[in-house]
Amino acid sequence: MAEQRKIRVLVAKPGLDGHDRGAKVVARALRDAGMEVIYTGLRQTPEQIVEAAIQEDVDVVGLSCLSGAHNHLFPRVVELLKAKDAADILVVGGGVIPEDDIPFLKESGVKEIFTPGTSTGDVVNFIRSHAGSK
Amino acid sequence: MQAVNNLLERLEARDIRALARAISLVEDSEEGASELLASLSPRLSGSRIIGITGPPGSGKSTLTSKLARDFLDRGEKVGLLLIDPSSPFSGGAILGDRIRMQELSGRDGIYIRSLGSRGSVGGLSQATARVLRLLEHFGFSVIIIETVGTGQAETDVVETVDSVVVVAVPGLGDDIQAMKAGIMEIADVFVVNKADKDGADRTLRQIEAALQMQEGQGMHKVPVLATVASSGQGVTELVAALDAHYKYLADSGELQRRRERRLRKELIGYVTSVLMSDFFARSQADVDAKLADIIQGRTDVYTVGRFLSRKYINERVERDAKQD
Ligand SMILES: Nc1nc2c(ncn2[C@@H]2O[C@H](COP(=O)(O)OP(=O)(O)OP(=O)(O)O)[C@@H](O)[C@H]2O)c(=O)[nH]1
Ligand SMILES: [Mg+2]
Repeated sequence: MAEQRKIRVLVAKPGLDGHDRGAKVVARALRDAGMEVIYTGLRQTPEQIVEAAIQEDVDVVGLSCLSGAHNHLFPRVVELLKAKDAADILVVGGGVIPEDDIPFLKESGVKEIFTPGTSTGDVVNFIRSHAGSK
Repeated sequence: MQAVNNLLERLEARDIRALARAISLVEDSEEGASELLASLSPRLSGSRIIGITGPPGSGKSTLTSKLARDFLDRGEKVGLLLIDPSSPFSGGAILGDRIRMQELSGRDGIYIRSLGSRGSVGGLSQATARVLRLLEHFGFSVIIIETVGTGQAETDVVETVDSVVVVAVPGLGDDIQAMKAGIMEIADVFVVNKADKDGADRTLRQIEAALQMQEGQGMHKVPVLATVASSGQGVTELVAALDAHYKYLADSGELQRRRERRLRKELIGYVTSVLMSDFFARSQADVDAKLADIIQGRTDVYTVGRFLSRKYINERVERDAKQD
């Protein structure tokens, strides 16, 4: 009955768009895979996201952005985590993100980008295999 | 253990990351968790612990956020534990209480943590007592726990906190008499939230009447307050009522009694969980084998149960004798 280390994921929506259906679908898939998902709702600033990620001791921050501001917002979260000595927290992103932006985002430290075509199973598998090395 | 010592040092330095990590450690009951807890200084808590319970959607999180804000404003250090149910099937959870805590972000002196109930059914989580220990050690002067919130009498919270706030909403009205057994009895302060909605007065009066019927049990008269958590209306009065209740607890000796009850529960809870995991680790094969016999009708649960528990205890005694 020894318990296993539980994977914790913060699912956050930075930026100003008001749609969180995609984020909720992912949140449910992660829950059904046995993870604890902290859901913080719409319109989060990178500062709020990083504060929550640290207080909640998450393994992964999943960012969803449909507004087009991902090139600014995602790297900012990575940067702030680093500044708080929390670079071990993995950042992944999703939403409407053009192929052309992906190399830049990855270079700025976002570990993976999931585009609308990705299945939730792929997201679960990615997080399972990359989280929990803390 | 090196990792534990390192964590302890960082906790002493009031490092929030260390606190967050330590909480995960005791939640996952990883190796080192009890070692860490046992290394904390044994001083008794100076933290005041408040529990907020009530049915789903009644406004517990919104109210918790407003309470926290008022306590922060007067210079308290505030820790919040927000508990949501874990799925009994996957063990996962979506923890959404934090959505209502937006106005607290960026403020100093507050720590907010969401917890999955992880199989516990009493309204708290398996690890709540242990997590509280860490928060108290960290020096929060006020700790507020939002329970899972089934609307039933969540008994664990009563045995864990100093003051219980029960949140109701208008419209419960007609069946106030039939309100879930026990919920009346656990309230130290009653709140009718969403007082901006129709029927709030009526609900308030009905709760007061129901409370009167059971009065005479203690010296403390349970106040019934109307709030609009979303606008903050009535929150000042709620803080005042909580202060008054805390003073009553301290003056009457009830505080001491409640804390003893909590320590007892914590101690027994810990021993139970250690024994249980040891039993399962050592007897899993026995259980599986005997279960087959039970299913085939060769024996029954109680005969096997007696046999397995005696076998476990005897082996345990032998093992310990060898070690001495
Ligand atoms: N009209 C009105 N709405 C309120 C009030 N307080 C909270 N709400 C709303 O009620 C909804 C639920 O509030 P929460 O604070 O999440 O309630 P809760 O009890 O924590 O919910 P669970 O944790 O899901 O059980 C939200 O949409 C709030 O904005 C109030 O006083 N009046
Ligand atoms: Mg809530």
